[in-house]
Amino acid sequence: MSGINGKIRLAVFKLTSCSGCQQQIIDLGELLLALLDRVEIAYFLEASSDAKPGPYDVALIEGSVSTPHEEKLVKNIRENSKIVVSVGSCATYGGIQALRNWMEFEEVKKTVYEKPEWVEALEKSRPISDFIKVDYAISGCPANKLQLLSTLKQILIGRRAYHREESLCQECKRKGNVCVVVAKGEPCLGPIIKEGCGALCPSYGRGCYGCFGPTIDPKPDALAKRFEDLGLSREEVASRIRNVTSWSEPIRRFLESYER
Amino acid sequence: MSGKDYFEIRVKQLARVEGEGGVWVKVKDGKIDYVEVNIFEPPRFFEAFLKGRSYLEAPDLTARICGICPLAYVMASSRAMEKILGIKVSDAANKLREMAFYGEWIESHVLHFAFLHTPDFLGKHSVFEIAKEHPQFLKDAIAARDWGNKVIEIIGGRPVHPVGFRVGGLHRIIKKRELEQLLGNYDEVKRIGRRLLEFILQLPIPEIRYDMVFMSLKGEKEYPILEGVVANNLGDEFPEDEFEERIIAEQKRYSNALHYRLRDGRPYITGPLARFNLNYELLSPEVRDVLEEFGFKPPLRNTYQSIIARAAETYHAILKIGRLIEEYREPSRAYEEAEVRAGEAVAIVEAPRGMLYHRYRIDDGGRILYADIVPPTAQNYAAMEEDILKVGDLILKKPREEAQRLVETTIRNYDPCISCSVHMIRLRIIEE
Repeated sequence: MSGINGKIRLAVFKLTSCSGCQQQIIDLGELLLALLDRVEIAYFLEASSDAKPGPYDVALIEGSVSTPHEEKLVKNIRENSKIVVSVGSCATYGGIQALRNWMEFEEVKKTVYEKPEWVEALEKSRPISDFIKVDYAISGCPANKLQLLSTLKQILIGRRAYHREESLCQECKRKGNVCVVVAKGEPCLGPIIKEGCGALCPSYGRGCYGCFGPTIDPKPDALAKRFEDLGLSREEVASRIRNVTSWSEPIRRFLESYER
Repeated sequence: MSGKDYFEIRVKQLARVEGEGGVWVKVKDGKIDYVEVNIFEPPRFFEAFLKGRSYLEAPDLTARICGICPLAYVMASSRAMEKILGIKVSDAANKLREMAFYGEWIESHVLHFAFLHTPDFLGKHSVFEIAKEHPQFLKDAIAARDWGNKVIEIIGGRPVHPVGFRVGGLHRIIKKRELEQLLGNYDEVKRIGRRLLEFILQLPIPEIRYDMVFMSLKGEKEYPILEGVVANNLGDEFPEDEFEERIIAEQKRYSNALHYRLRDGRPYITGPLARFNLNYELLSPEVRDVLEEFGFKPPLRNTYQSIIARAAETYHAILKIGRLIEEYREPSRAYEEAEVRAGEAVAIVEAPRGMLYHRYRIDDGGRILYADIVPPTAQNYAAMEEDILKVGDLILKKPREEAQRLVETTIRNYDPCISCSVHMIRLRIIEE
């Protein structure tokens, strides 16, 4: 690798987001320190003002692309990095701020700003994969820090990084939770959402609201039907499903056809 | 610094992050006469997409505004909705909220004072560089953050965007023995809190003193975090509901955040320094003992000393969480509910960075019709600009590189939301 003493040169960037995924990196704490004999943190402004220029071996990107500047930045990062990892559901799916993608943008701007014409933003908040090739995607709102660590470690030893993407229901079952849909009639997005959080919401007796994004080959139509059977109106069903990862491809396609 | 030609100084490490905003300082006749703090955060339009969502979703949705202080958003939105619906939260739920919120103060404060701010005072780039000379400091900082995060995790499921909280209380009953896991190494955690504070009290902090307006919640018997009346050092005290009548907001062309001032146009400071000065007597006595041992007494009239307030509040939070766990009794119900009705309400909580204001209006179906959120960092922009004017002489006496650092440090006194503080601060000093 290209860094000092053969270390991996790591860069961490932030686009439109809440900083929560960078926070997950910092929250690795001692685990992060333990990586430092193999990894050179070349660019991570949250941790150090000593920011070194590229090229980088690995770029971790938090946040969605929602301004013209970010569109340029993300392309620039790609050119300067061997491996690009999208970290979290903003970078991977467009994030919670993509909820505005479902609204009339001029109206949206007017709601928040007195002078909407001063606001520089793209009409939609989009995943970085709409602009550049992404090598690995780690979703979650926030991303799971241990998944992030394992991805980095797999890259370090030179293998293709992998983590499981089964549905949340599998994780929930393994945890021994009682199903909130069956037991309480609580709408839960578990069947269409991928694991990774530890099935947290069902463990608290509430339905999943989808922060990790769609699992492989999800069936939102079937889930919507189940929600309707629980007594939810079509509007309520759509609103439940349109949440943190609404702009992910399968969920978006489903919502577009469901609401037509 | 001298020179007649126009010139530009950029903080070099951040120059590569373009267009994210910055600090512009114009110097005229050897004096700073114009400052523009332009902390750019891409607009995310929460107020717009909250419209039409259920009141029950407000905590989970607004938490996503900030990954460093999501709890503050959870608490403010929950409390506003509870006010609308007339829900009285159980004592147990309140205690759990307070514990988790204090956990967030620890996580956020230590991140700022140890990782972001201390390097400024020691002339270093990062805490990792400090660790070479002061290994215990980094160790303590990480351990304190881990513990604060653990508090949130046990109660809310995870530290960033926890899932355990809801309007009316929590989603499940938290067992006393779950909380007691936190007390396993509690004596050491308390020592860590004290050591961190002592370390900060010995930093070389620039000496400066001037008048400023502080505004924060004021507690009656307890240091304010979840609620209180709004107070300032001009002698005003008013209920949170009157907040909007007391301030003005302006949109600046150079910023995506609104700027806030008092009605008379004066900037004000919200955050740890304001809380500290207005509520000093309510800090745990152990904390005050350490402060006074080192010769510090309120009011601190030096924004560089905000780092002291942060470290003091961290130690206070550690002590407070322990007491809350002791007092905690498991409730019979996890949360309270009420019939949904239309209405409007305001709630202010003390986020780590200061007063966080939420106002909502909902219809009789519980749908959000209107949302207004005023984060603390936006309230502090005007004060940051004013600060740089006030410390102008100090800044201009320095060689250029140190001047840059001092301007950055001045901004960091306010712990502007991370996404800002790391992306920003492109400093240009323009001499006319």
